[in-house]
Amino acid sequence: MSALSAIQLLAHKLEREGQTNITSYGDSVFRILEKNDLAAKVFRYVIEAPDVAKKAKAGQFVILRLYNDGERIPITLADWNVAKGTITLYVQAIGKTTIMMSMMKAGDALADVVGPLGIPSHVEKGKTLVALGGGFGIAAIHPIVRAHKLIGNKTISIIGARTKELMLMENEMRAISDDVRIATDDGSYGTKGFVTTVLKSMLENRELMDVVLAIGPVVMMKAVADLTRSYGVQTLVSLNPIMMDGTGMCGACRVVVGDKLQFACVDGPEFDAHKVDFELLVARQKMYSPQEKISMELFNKICEAQEHRETAAW
Amino acid sequence: MNNDTQTSPPRTDEPMAQIKPKLSNKERMKIPRHPMPEQNPLERARNFFEVPLGYTPEMAMEEAERCLLCKKAKCVEGCPVNVQIPDFIEHVAAGNFSLAAQALKQMNALPAVCGRVCPQEDQCESLCVIGAKVEPVAVGRLERFVADWERANPANGGTGSKVKIPELPPPTGKKVAIIGAGPAGLTCAGDLAKRGHAVTIFEALHKPGGVLVYGIPEFRLPKQIVEAEVQYLEKLGVQIKCDFVVGMTRTIDELMNEDGYDAVFIGTGAGLPYFMGLPGENLNGVYSANEFLTRVNLMKGFEFPNHADTPVPMAKHVVVVGGGNTAMDAARTALRLPWTEKVYIVYRRSHVEMPARKEEIHHGEQEGIEFLLLTNPTRFLGKDGWLNGVECQKMELGEPDASGRRKPVAIPGSEFTLEAEAVIIAVGNGSNPLINKTTPGLSVTKYGNIIADESGKTSREGVWAGGDIVIGAATVIKAMGAGKSAAKAIDEFVTGKKQ
Ligand SMILES: Cc1cc2nc3c(=O)[nH]c(=O)nc-3n(C[C@H](O)[C@H](O)[C@H](O)COP(=O)(O)OP(=O)(O)OC[C@H]3O[C@@H](n4cnc5c(N)ncnc54)[C@H](O)[C@@H]3O)c2cc1C
Ligand SMILES: Cc1cc2nc3c(=O)[nH]c(=O)nc-3n(C[C@H](O)[C@H](O)[C@H](O)COP(=O)(O)OP(=O)(O)OC[C@H]3O[C@@H](n4cnc5c(N)ncnc54)[C@H](O)[C@@H]3O)c2cc1C
Ligand code: SF4
Ligand code: FES
Repeated sequence: MSALSAIQLLAHKLEREGQTNITSYGDSVFRILEKNDLAAKVFRYVIEAPDVAKKAKAGQFVILRLYNDGERIPITLADWNVAKGTITLYVQAIGKTTIMMSMMKAGDALADVVGPLGIPSHVEKGKTLVALGGGFGIAAIHPIVRAHKLIGNKTISIIGARTKELMLMENEMRAISDDVRIATDDGSYGTKGFVTTVLKSMLENRELMDVVLAIGPVVMMKAVADLTRSYGVQTLVSLNPIMMDGTGMCGACRVVVGDKLQFACVDGPEFDAHKVDFELLVARQKMYSPQEKISMELFNKICEAQEHRETAAW
Repeated sequence: MNNDTQTSPPRTDEPMAQIKPKLSNKERMKIPRHPMPEQNPLERARNFFEVPLGYTPEMAMEEAERCLLCKKAKCVEGCPVNVQIPDFIEHVAAGNFSLAAQALKQMNALPAVCGRVCPQEDQCESLCVIGAKVEPVAVGRLERFVADWERANPANGGTGSKVKIPELPPPTGKKVAIIGAGPAGLTCAGDLAKRGHAVTIFEALHKPGGVLVYGIPEFRLPKQIVEAEVQYLEKLGVQIKCDFVVGMTRTIDELMNEDGYDAVFIGTGAGLPYFMGLPGENLNGVYSANEFLTRVNLMKGFEFPNHADTPVPMAKHVVVVGGGNTAMDAARTALRLPWTEKVYIVYRRSHVEMPARKEEIHHGEQEGIEFLLLTNPTRFLGKDGWLNGVECQKMELGEPDASGRRKPVAIPGSEFTLEAEAVIIAVGNGSNPLINKTTPGLSVTKYGNIIADESGKTSREGVWAGGDIVIGAATVIKAMGAGKSAAKAIDEFVTGKKQ
């Protein structure tokens, strides 16, 4: 797609006035300053959000909205810069909103960014951390690993991808980890298998570790929890249920941890992996699947129609 | 061509002003209460347009004639902010609508909202003297008429700007932070701005209005009315910062110690949804009323997928649990979604105990919602993680409980099942703990409500609170009243404060 950004395109289609990505209240402008296309449909964004940057801590997230009729989606704070007033997000383009976001360019502005939200990660001195990340989960473990490193903890990061070319953030992780272990599904780089394959052999070899942290797809977090349970290693996961307000007002994000109902946006998102009801989380993530499909199909149609129009104009 | 001249109705300040023969009280009471013109029930049950259409000037004047203009007006005692009801009604009767608006706005900053959502039958109208013999004067409908008339007719002839901006005193140099843009916060902000203070409202959501925008649906309170009120505040110089969660983005201590705010008002409402703790409550298809209403109202989910991206539940059979305004709003909203076929309200007590406004219950019945009273859900049934039914139980009323209402008791063996793909839980809201947890020294009750005196003063110096966060889920007018008292106290505090 060319000249038009996705946002303008939608506005155009819906016959609304331009202006859709400017928030009408207050003077905050959440401008995208940098955007990079990384591997595996993951995009990196540096966004102007000084209020968020000022208070951000490892393990927290923001909720953003692209334009006035957009939905609110939660994204982990991967990095921030207080002096520049910016935050860094890694977003995987998997559905309507994240794909639309991937069509935005540096210079475009988001309608809303609110945060930091959630309880910061629990970082304790004198521990050896093993952190596992898959997909955007690597971006999510990054600030937590760094926080451990900064207070002098030993940090081992295990990162994975389908194949070597798709590996994300390897250099960034090396900079803050005492050791980085790699896994690829096809064995093209590091251990053949999943990040859990690496963790399994570490546990079997009785490597020293005090805390395991896993962030990524629910299947991965559950597999990690199942592995470490029998070894009795403290394990933390950051849960990603569907969220809306992110302030404890709607209960959409409810999860069950140790038989207790918790709102992941305010009581988490980090929880004790051994107590999480993962089956419930998997089921609840599908709450709006039929609607998400409708939304995606409509969006594809709009994009196709626009491409036709542009080709015709040539 | 200038837009304003196209859209604003002709300027008719006092169109109907006239001198009328004085009626005797007896004659006044003979006039029947004027019914409210409404959209036809079956039609409106499928659209999101406002249900009551509002009085015409003729209807309003005729209704106003019914008022006895009591010297010691009982109705005023029933009004939480003491609107001088006979004063404004007298102006309506004479056709002096802008004078009526002035009288009304002296005590109530949001009459267009209150005229629509106040429970008048429990307040002013319940005490109206003629109510003993005939139907009470329709105070609420008259209030709505006057407010709507004022919005449509610029009071001082300004072009485009629909309302008169009062002359502001010179800036005092004092800064006040208002947390939460619900009716409490908006009222407090307006009053403080009018006294010359620099006011900033911090709102967690992306749009100001509180329950008025995320909870109460369009067909009961058009959002454009709330937007107009917010714009008015901005004209008074109030700054509104959305996407700002106090407690997370900034704490109260940071606002006061680092950002230079001289005082703070907390109006964060009752925004923590209660669930029932029943089996199956986490199945896909079980929603809190807050989630459901926010998706449809604030996120405009009723326009999904064409004009809004936020998905809403797509269910044929919807069961709403509860008997308050929230339950009525959820049920009537669900009914209006194009794919809904049937909506039930399940409430454990009987009709008379339902806390919702009578008009809303009546409207719901007219629109075809089925009320299952003296009924309580016992569990939510489902398959593969998705809800497909609700098991309920019949109840009967036993001895009165602590609230004075007769306590519902389950009838053994009375279980039955309703088919449902969506259940909306509307059994009440608690207080959100975000602020309490991040504000040391702020005293709260065991339910998390902030403890405050008459003026809203809390245990923390320079910090006031009011509305639902103090008294628990209540009403718009009480929240506004609290915002008003706090504004007065904050004004005294910041102006008397030594530098
Ligand atoms: C605390 C938290 C942190 C997250 N951090 C990141 C991150 O750093 N990078 C990243 O790429 N993704 C992150 N996610 C996931 C991200 O929010 C979803 O991928 C995104 O909302 C998908 O929206 P969509 O419209 O593109 O896709 P859709 O097609 O609408 O949905 C695809 C899937 O994403 C999930 N999803 C949809 N809507 C929401 C929602 N409102 N809230 C949460 N999940 C939803 C659902 O499981 C759904 O099946 C995070 C989620 C949470 C809860
Ligand atoms: C569905 C529904 C229908 C109702 N119908 C009626 C009716 O018909 N008549 C009537 O009189 N009353 C009705 N009520 C009750 C009435 O709406 C409330 O009593 C009233 O809105 C309370 O006002 P408030 O200003 O205290 O709080 P709210 O209106 O709840 O506003 C609080 C605001 O504070 C914001 N906030 C919360 N925490 C933070 C934070 N940490 N930082 C920044 N901002 C924050 C919230 O996002 C919200 O915008 C209804 C309530 C509901 C839920
Ligand atoms: S009590 Fe009734 S009749 Fe008397 S002033 Fe009030 S509204 Fe009019
Ligand atoms: S996202 Fe609404 S309560 Fe957590």
